[in-house]
Amino acid sequence: MEQVRAFDLRAIPLRDVNSALHAPDLSGEFVISHPDGAHSVAVGMDAAVKVTVDGHVGYYAAGMNQQAEIVINGNAGTGVAENMMSGSVWVKGDASQSAGASAHGGVLVVEGNAAARCGISMKGIDIVIGGNVGHMSAFMAQAGRLVIRGDAGEALGDSIYEARIYVRGEVASLGADCIAKEMTREHHQELEHLLKAAGFEGDDTSTYTRYGSARSLYHFHVDNAGSY
Amino acid sequence: MSHTTDDRARLGIRESATFDRQTIAAIHRAAETGIYDIRGWGAKRALPHFDDLLFLGASMSRYPLEGYRERCDTDVVLGDRHAKHPLHLDIPVTIAGMSFGALSGPAKEALGRGASEVGTSTTTGDGGMTPEERGQSKYLVYQYLPSRYGMNPDDLRKADAIEVVLGQGAKPGGGGMLLGQKISPRVAGMRTLPEGIDQRSACRHPDWTGPDDLTIKINELREITDWEKPIYVKVGATRTYYDVKLAVHAGADVVVVDGMQGGTAATQEVFIEHVGIPTLAAVPEAVRALQELDVHRDVQLIVSGGIRTGADVAKAIALGADAVAIGTAALIALGDNHPRHESEYRKLSSAAGFFDDFQDGTDPAGISTQDPELAARFDPLEGGRRLANYLRVLTMEAQTIARACGKGHVLHLEPEDLVAVTIEAAAMARVPLAGTDWIPGRT
Repeated sequence: MEQVRAFDLRAIPLRDVNSALHAPDLSGEFVISHPDGAHSVAVGMDAAVKVTVDGHVGYYAAGMNQQAEIVINGNAGTGVAENMMSGSVWVKGDASQSAGASAHGGVLVVEGNAAARCGISMKGIDIVIGGNVGHMSAFMAQAGRLVIRGDAGEALGDSIYEARIYVRGEVASLGADCIAKEMTREHHQELEHLLKAAGFEGDDTSTYTRYGSARSLYHFHVDNAGSY
Repeated sequence: MSHTTDDRARLGIRESATFDRQTIAAIHRAAETGIYDIRGWGAKRALPHFDDLLFLGASMSRYPLEGYRERCDTDVVLGDRHAKHPLHLDIPVTIAGMSFGALSGPAKEALGRGASEVGTSTTTGDGGMTPEERGQSKYLVYQYLPSRYGMNPDDLRKADAIEVVLGQGAKPGGGGMLLGQKISPRVAGMRTLPEGIDQRSACRHPDWTGPDDLTIKINELREITDWEKPIYVKVGATRTYYDVKLAVHAGADVVVVDGMQGGTAATQEVFIEHVGIPTLAAVPEAVRALQELDVHRDVQLIVSGGIRTGADVAKAIALGADAVAIGTAALIALGDNHPRHESEYRKLSSAAGFFDDFQDGTDPAGISTQDPELAARFDPLEGGRRLANYLRVLTMEAQTIARACGKGHVLHLEPEDLVAVTIEAAAMARVPLAGTDWIPGRT
């Protein structure tokens, strides 16, 4: 069994930690302690390893992650898992705004709430939020799935493209071109799979509503002037 | 039927300066379509520009260098403030960001070929990095844009520098546009968009707002790339003095300032012509900001927006830039608006020298298109040679001027070498009106 390598951010500069995590042929398991809100913790990972961060992190934790399985035992600041490509990021607490922004792949789970702009510009990531999300979530979301077990703030899915949103609770308002859509068998199965992967197996998928693009703003047209 | 000036005088008809024929046509177009005009190119209105400045060649009080005999160097180092691997370019003329999507694959390849041949950099655009572009570019700057189309860490690591784009001169405060005609299967795939839609990019970055956040974002990009790459920050010229100061505070190694003459592939006409400030007005503001922070020449300044000749290059540098970037001029060098396409421009209700409908993807030159047949007309090898030739001419012209001013390096040119021929240019450039020692607002 490989040894767990520990980094204490009170003792080791962040640069050294990230540099060690970028080493070629990286393997094993890593624990980062005392992040104390540091920004850019475990960014640019590109190895199938497990990283556990014990504590709260600042901006962009796990940014641009590839392959790694990153667990944050705490809250995450702005842009957790931004532009993630693959792997997984699991936030045990709450996440600030722009969680999973522009991410192309992988899975982001936030067990608590996520603030505004969750999944903004998402391009293929799957995001599961245990609680609520703030306003303008899934703004211009292009691809991927966003599951919200609680409520969504105003202007959900504004100018959305082909991403799918599932919400169990209330939606304060929908953004431009975002509409409620029918839940077919395919969608129930997809949602069930996503919830299971995020550890929320007990949810009844029939209590969720699916939202997506009406595709009415895909082309500039004078009739849409009021929405531009 | 058109009338000559004499005809109009004889007939007693008079065109309104306010409602001229162009304005009338624009009103008719708006009334007929109900949507604003979208086009390519940059500002077409007359603006104070580098043409309004002149160099004071050496004579008695200064002595010149011999052309072709005495050295006048042109190399420039970009991004040595924090990056482990700054760029060392042979010439101070770079290729500005233009996307694959806005431009055809062969056109992007030609930009890489031409730039590499003369030892300078080219830049990606709003749509990601193509292998062809990376393969043909000795130095490739990777743009980090609000849309994050095609953004991925593998390409980030392959880049020679990263340019965080806050705006461009043609549309400061606006996001990118790419109309459906150009969203081909490959472009759509790279951008994760449905084919054929009218793409509207965001104007703000999705995960940061304001200069304090930018500091953290730049640090993240450095951490991801292990502090190897220079980080540029590009702004459209508006409140340039403040924007440059904030960019430096945020940690930029290089600041790129794009004036309103800078080009675009697709933007609203009203945006292009009415938002932003001229390049000439922006350069001294940027330099003042850098000087006040005591980082002039340490944080390098790249200026773009209407650079056409070696004289423009030399003037931008004399005002304090470290390098310039060209976009529109590079496309022209590739063959855009060439008279050989005249008959086809006419079919598109345009003419050689006027064509700016880059948004339509119908470019007869095969440059600003995703139509495979049109793109196939363009030869990237010939295009690359033409661009390299043009870049050499720009460099030799700038050297000619620098030698005449007695400089052993083009970067030794300084404001003291310049005068202005208009009061407006003197005020903007902060150099004396020719034949006087008067700098409006200063002396």
